[in-house]
Amino acid sequence: MTANADDLTRWRGVAVEPDADRSRAEDTDPEAVSRLRSLSRVLLRDLLRPHRRQLGVAVALLLGQNAAAMAGPYLVMLGIDRAIDPLRADDYRPLAAVAAAFVAASAVEYAARRGFLTVSARIGQAVLLDLRQRVYAQFLRLPVAFHERYTSGRMVSRLTSDLDSIGELAGGGLDSLVLAALSVLSVAGILLWLDLPLAAVTLLAFPFLFALSRWFARASAAAYRRTRETIALVIVHFVESMRGIRAVQAFRREPRNQQIFAAVSDDYRRASLTAFRLIATYSPGIKVIGNVTVAAVLCYGGWRVLHGATELGVLAAFLLYLRRFFEPMQELSQFYNSLQSATAALEKLAGVLDERPGVPEPARPVPLPAVPHPGGVAFRSVTFGYRPDAPILTDLDLIVPAGQTVALIGPTGAGKSTIAKLLARFHDPVAGTVTLDGVDLRDLADADLRRAVVLVTQETHLFGGTVAENIRFGRPSADDAAVQAAARAIGAHDFIAALPDGYATQVHRRGGRLSAGQRQLVAFARAFLADPAVLILDEATSSLDVPTERAVQRALGTILADRTALVIAHRLSTVEIADRVLVLDAGRVVEDGSPERLAGAGGRYAALHRQWRDSLL
Amino acid sequence: MPADRDGSPASPAGRHPLRNLWRLRHYLRPYAAEFSWLMLAGLAATGAGISVPLVAQRVVDGPVARQEPAGLVRLAGLALLLGLVEALLIFVRRWVQSSSSMAIEAAIRDDVYAHLQRLAPSFHDRWQSGQLLSRITSDLSVIRRFLSFGLFFLVLNLVTYLVVVALLIRLHTVLGLVVAGSAIPLFVITRRFARAYHTASRRMQDQQGDVATLVEETAQGLRTMKAYGRGPELTARFATSARTLHDTGVGKGRLLARTSAKLDLVPNLVLGLVLVAGAAAAARGALSIGELVAFISLQLMLTWPVQGLGWIIANGQEAATAADRVREVLDTPPAILDAPHAVTLTRAEVTGRLRFEGVTFRYPGTARAVLRGIDLTVEPGETLALVGATGCGKSTLLSLVPRLHDVTEGRVTLDGHDLRDLRLSSLRRVVGVAFEEPTLFSMSVWENLTLGRPEATEEEVRATLALAQADFAYDLPWGLATRVGEQGLSLSGGQRQRLALARAVLSRPALLVLDDPLSALDVHTEALVEAALKRVLGDTTALLVVHRPSTIALADRVALLDAGRIVAVGTHSELLAGVPAYRAVLSAEPPPPVSAAGPAPDGRGLVRS
Repeated sequence: MTANADDLTRWRGVAVEPDADRSRAEDTDPEAVSRLRSLSRVLLRDLLRPHRRQLGVAVALLLGQNAAAMAGPYLVMLGIDRAIDPLRADDYRPLAAVAAAFVAASAVEYAARRGFLTVSARIGQAVLLDLRQRVYAQFLRLPVAFHERYTSGRMVSRLTSDLDSIGELAGGGLDSLVLAALSVLSVAGILLWLDLPLAAVTLLAFPFLFALSRWFARASAAAYRRTRETIALVIVHFVESMRGIRAVQAFRREPRNQQIFAAVSDDYRRASLTAFRLIATYSPGIKVIGNVTVAAVLCYGGWRVLHGATELGVLAAFLLYLRRFFEPMQELSQFYNSLQSATAALEKLAGVLDERPGVPEPARPVPLPAVPHPGGVAFRSVTFGYRPDAPILTDLDLIVPAGQTVALIGPTGAGKSTIAKLLARFHDPVAGTVTLDGVDLRDLADADLRRAVVLVTQETHLFGGTVAENIRFGRPSADDAAVQAAARAIGAHDFIAALPDGYATQVHRRGGRLSAGQRQLVAFARAFLADPAVLILDEATSSLDVPTERAVQRALGTILADRTALVIAHRLSTVEIADRVLVLDAGRVVEDGSPERLAGAGGRYAALHRQWRDSLL
Repeated sequence: MPADRDGSPASPAGRHPLRNLWRLRHYLRPYAAEFSWLMLAGLAATGAGISVPLVAQRVVDGPVARQEPAGLVRLAGLALLLGLVEALLIFVRRWVQSSSSMAIEAAIRDDVYAHLQRLAPSFHDRWQSGQLLSRITSDLSVIRRFLSFGLFFLVLNLVTYLVVVALLIRLHTVLGLVVAGSAIPLFVITRRFARAYHTASRRMQDQQGDVATLVEETAQGLRTMKAYGRGPELTARFATSARTLHDTGVGKGRLLARTSAKLDLVPNLVLGLVLVAGAAAAARGALSIGELVAFISLQLMLTWPVQGLGWIIANGQEAATAADRVREVLDTPPAILDAPHAVTLTRAEVTGRLRFEGVTFRYPGTARAVLRGIDLTVEPGETLALVGATGCGKSTLLSLVPRLHDVTEGRVTLDGHDLRDLRLSSLRRVVGVAFEEPTLFSMSVWENLTLGRPEATEEEVRATLALAQADFAYDLPWGLATRVGEQGLSLSGGQRQRLALARAVLSRPALLVLDDPLSALDVHTEALVEAALKRVLGDTTALLVVHRPSTIALADRVALLDAGRIVAVGTHSELLAGVPAYRAVLSAEPPPPVSAAGPAPDGRGLVRS
């Protein structure tokens, strides 16, 4: 175990934020664990609440089924004790009555069981659907900072593997669980009614059952929590290596990857094994208790019959009922297991659902004022850092009047992208405010903010679907003509038209067939279609060839004419369309002015500009 | 959005539904002996379990009837002993079995992963990783459950059924045969159920894969989603998929409910029949009451084996369709493999002459050739830059060198060897690559850098980082041990690109393939990296994709690619002087008015002019 773990930590390196893989509700101390448990219980109640009526129906059906099932042995007893003697006297009526009752009971049991299983499957699936959608929506709500910490693989794990293990329970476990509990109770009742002393012997088994179950519940909760965590690592590694398969193959990473995969997969195997061994102990444990009880009843019951304290039929019924008593317990132990696994998964999901968005929607959103020229942006005394100990921006003041195109320039780490992300409200400043037309971004409804501000980055993501759908992502209500017009405006129309199915071409997995430059063009068209008041371009043209970039630039000249724009580019060509240049260094504005003025001012921009002019043809 | 399954071999009709499950049997083989004795233990446990009612009958008929307290204690002791043996055997079986079934699951998972790593990028382009993921997680656990639980209980329940029925026939022939006859309706019910459930479970698994795909895609596009505030749209799209999955689940549940209730009904009705007939027989004196009690309690032992049949068959069908899905992956042959007589090239042997001879390339399953009739030679030690408009095939051409794709026609040779005749691992050892999208894995910086050469020394790593202007790596919170990549620290595009460049150079390749390696760098850093790269490129054959005139300074010669063809090769200044299209594709100046009047403002239109 340790050798394995050491190896794992070495290749994985040290995470900057420890426990980054946990949601905040998921700390490891006992207090957090119990909090998570109660959270998951609240969640479960909440999920079941809309199905109260159906649950009532299910329980009624279950009771019906149970009663019918329980009638069986009783009718057998009646048949043996009361119908055989009359039969000897050629009186068929008692037997006929018993037989009729038996058929009726079977019919009721059939109908009730079928009804119950249908209803409970419906409830289970509805709960699962509800939970799946809630968790998905929650992941979408959580800020970028959370996702950077939590990572996509783990999100995938939560929404697939964890939900699957809850689904397993919904698929066919819950009924056995309830049924077992019910039949245990009703059998106990019947036994008490049949023969009190004999029942007392039987009930002696209860404390043992209880103690054993309690032990199992505790031990398996911990074990299953561990399986959830280890499967997440398997999924994370899997997703990541499939996503980077080109690099994996080009660098012959396969053997090492295989090692790592085998190691994480082995951790998962081990965790599951622990859980399975618990159930491998628990389930025969129940059996031992059951069998000892049967032997005791046999002994004591036989003795009572011998002494005429009870009837033979009662003993026979007792033995049959005991079977009905412990067999569901056996099934219960199986499904108790699924329940534990599902509970562990539910805890993880409850942890995610409990996570408070760090960039929350305002409780009372302020509408954007109707100004003649929208898009005025202001940073006032903004301080921000991804980690508290390393501020990127300190006390930044920046005012961009509506309609101005501003270029941000500076070395890596100067804070250019951070400014872009703050303006797109991927993060909130630690101190100070970012405002749009005088409204603090934190007071804007997300929908309003997104309509007004769009960020295009160098990493362009294309969603599964057609090229047209991907462009339409910028404005879902746009018709085909508008989509094409956007593509034309940005100079993407020709290559799209040349694709096998034109705009209807499926971009496949992460836009597999489009080159990086083409993807950037699609992303540009998307942003153009979105028609925001403020456009932020973060290295959005880096993969374009010079003429295409120039075409985009030309298009930008018109597009940006009446909009506020923040352009980050290493290529100064992009800067030429700017009204104003800001040179940043270590989170501070060191130069500020029009490109013409700065180019002649002899500062950093002038130096960069000269270098850039030299690099051109 | 529907999953793209054009990579999956269609399963021909008429093949046995359990065929693929059967084909996984070799994973079971190491445990065959264990499995058989565990089966015996299981049978013995069941036998012990069955004996208990028989002992109870003895108690009722013997000591109780004959008033023998001593015999009572003895028989109760026997029941106790049998009960304990049963529990012990169950414990042993479950304990041992849990380890073998988990080991089998892990073995299949490792094999699927290994196979996926062998499959060419074109496979991964077609298959969404969500569909692959659901195969190695939920499908495998279904199969594991079948191996450890379903299969076992299928055999055990059948044997229990047969033994109990045999015992019943021995106890009372006619009644026993009545019970035996109940097998016929049970068979009909389960058969019909198995067929219907097979279809449903496959549909469900595919839909689970679709949901996984959507989730994965959402995770990938999260920033884009945030930037446009498209949460509601994505949620709606997800809801559609989730609802489809829900509907299938409800359908499956209904199917199971119906069958399960029927499997309950049949034994109940038979029990009623036995009760009536048995009571009649007892009244006639053909059967003792004790025998009737024993018969009925034995018959009740059939309840679980029959009831469980529904779940077991459901589980079996799920395992069968899961095995189909796993097999679809395992049965896809890797498109790019070592030839039977593949040659191993060592780094020292390679002089580095790279030739493209009449190379045509189409992506699998597409009609359009991305590259057409490419003839190109890169001499040993030479640096050749590929220049061309966005989407003209430059990156595709590069991907042929480490054989991420194989040519459709023609051949690519290294020192005269067709790349397809070289051992894949040795080819990829001598080729160093940096892609246009720098892929960093969630690992330490060190591990990311030494991807291609795990044995690299600290000195070499330091030198390479300096070369790529990536010394910032030392300033990360934990230095080179810091975890980067998606799960670690997020680096800027420029930082990632520099690390990827360092990684390519660190592998000390004989052939360096760089796709727009400096695009995300600022002019200043670019100049520094370029100067350092020049030294490295002095004795390395290199193929670069380049967009900027500044980077072209690295190259000895330039090839101009247009719409999949090489249209010109020469030095930068030659092409600049003689080929207007070349000037157009690099020039920051607006094109001459003639071409500006052309319809297309995009790159290709300009090149053609």
